[in-house]
Amino acid sequence: MLLIPCPWCGPRDEIEFRYGGEAHVAYPADPPAVDDLELARYIFYRGNPKGRFQERWVHQQGCRRWFNLVRDTVTHEIAGSYLPGQGPPA
Amino acid sequence: MPHTESHPDFLWRSPEPRSSYDVVIVGGGGHGLFTAYYLAKNHGITNVAVVERGWLGGGNAVRNTTVIRSNYLWDESAAIYEHSLKLWEGIQEELDYDVLFDQRGVLNLAHNLHDVRESVRRVNANRLNGVDAEWLDADGVAEFCPLINTSRHIRYPVMGATLQRRGGIARHDALVFAVARAAAALGVHLIQDCEVTGIEVEAGRAVALETSRGRIAAGRIGLCAAGHSSVVAAMAGVELPIQSHPLQALVSEVLDQVLDTVVMSNAVHVYVSQAHKGELVMGAGIDPYNSYAQRGSFHVIEEQMAAALELFPIFARARVLRTWAGIVDVCPDASPIVGPTPVENLFVNCGWGTGGFKGTPGSGWVYAWTLAHGEAHELNRPFALERFETGALIDEHGAAAVAH
Repeated sequence: MLLIPCPWCGPRDEIEFRYGGEAHVAYPADPPAVDDLELARYIFYRGNPKGRFQERWVHQQGCRRWFNLVRDTVTHEIAGSYLPGQGPPA
Repeated sequence: MPHTESHPDFLWRSPEPRSSYDVVIVGGGGHGLFTAYYLAKNHGITNVAVVERGWLGGGNAVRNTTVIRSNYLWDESAAIYEHSLKLWEGIQEELDYDVLFDQRGVLNLAHNLHDVRESVRRVNANRLNGVDAEWLDADGVAEFCPLINTSRHIRYPVMGATLQRRGGIARHDALVFAVARAAAALGVHLIQDCEVTGIEVEAGRAVALETSRGRIAAGRIGLCAAGHSSVVAAMAGVELPIQSHPLQALVSEVLDQVLDTVVMSNAVHVYVSQAHKGELVMGAGIDPYNSYAQRGSFHVIEEQMAAALELFPIFARARVLRTWAGIVDVCPDASPIVGPTPVENLFVNCGWGTGGFKGTPGSGWVYAWTLAHGEAHELNRPFALERFETGALIDEHGAAAVAH
């Protein structure tokens, strides 16, 4: 089980959290202007790297707030968490 | 009856790679091996290599829980999975190998009113598509599989189940051995310990693979890399709507034969069968996070065991022998992607997610056709990458039977 550092509550067991997938997926700036391919990319395509990944989690059973996590998808090592709207730690 | 020769020294050769092939398949799992086999057998294309980063029978081909069925909801899925099941029904004779294919029936349990409605709808859809399917009420379930706790007083009582009698299980490693042997006998090169490190693309056309064992030119390249599909496709600049997740499974110690069918429950996330050798084979839902680690979190196993014990109180004293995970390639609509990519001569077969084993013969059959003709067969045309642009999704989250 992962030990996830919630930036508000501190480290908690994975069972308290729900996963939100890739972080920093921007809503199209001008939705009516995007074509089918761009829209498909926004809706269905997400990064799936083998290695470092910036992803969203929500502390569902705790503070119920969203945050971002940097985790390695091969080792499951967590490099750190940060608040929404902020950039990832170096 | 098919039989296995006693202890052969080897089942396939391990040749040095040639500098060039008509078709190279990336990934030596069930899908890749069947593709190579049908390329040689159905299309007479034998200058074929399967390149495998590890060893044959080391990935998802032997990490799955071996469930075989074709009771999917939509016409497109019913067609391809039923095609696969029909191939399964002749596979032992065809490959002259006993893979313990056993049509012992598959139950998909319903635990709430929504499950019941969805299941009955699916039974009706299956019948319209010529797929055998029955709806059993709770008493019918108790009669068909007395081991299941059908008490109305458990947390998620069994309200009924779909039954596909032609569904069942097979011995997965035997299948790998059988197909590999058959493909090698037809001249296919099975090249293990050969990692693809790059795909050469010239003017929008894939021409060769860079591998840990040198450059291999190819007339056509068929990606078949399951959980690593995103990684290899990216080498040619192709993005896929795939997320890779761990899917865990486990076996118990060897027990006397007590369970003579396959029981799956979507709502409480467990599926159980008993191998011919005697282990109870159980699978869970996927771990939620993206991963390439071939292991998951233990609480997923705990929840799966809790569900299994509620359904099968008799298993309470069985002990877990080992647990593991495979990396499954999950598509947004829980259906595979089989067909061309934007790069010429580069094809993709992925997204089988949590249920690829049952599809291996059918998948290989249509993918071989696709690689031989350079375009999708009628059966896999709906499973094109373009469906995510056109919106013609094939939503099989209900029939996939594992929570994504």
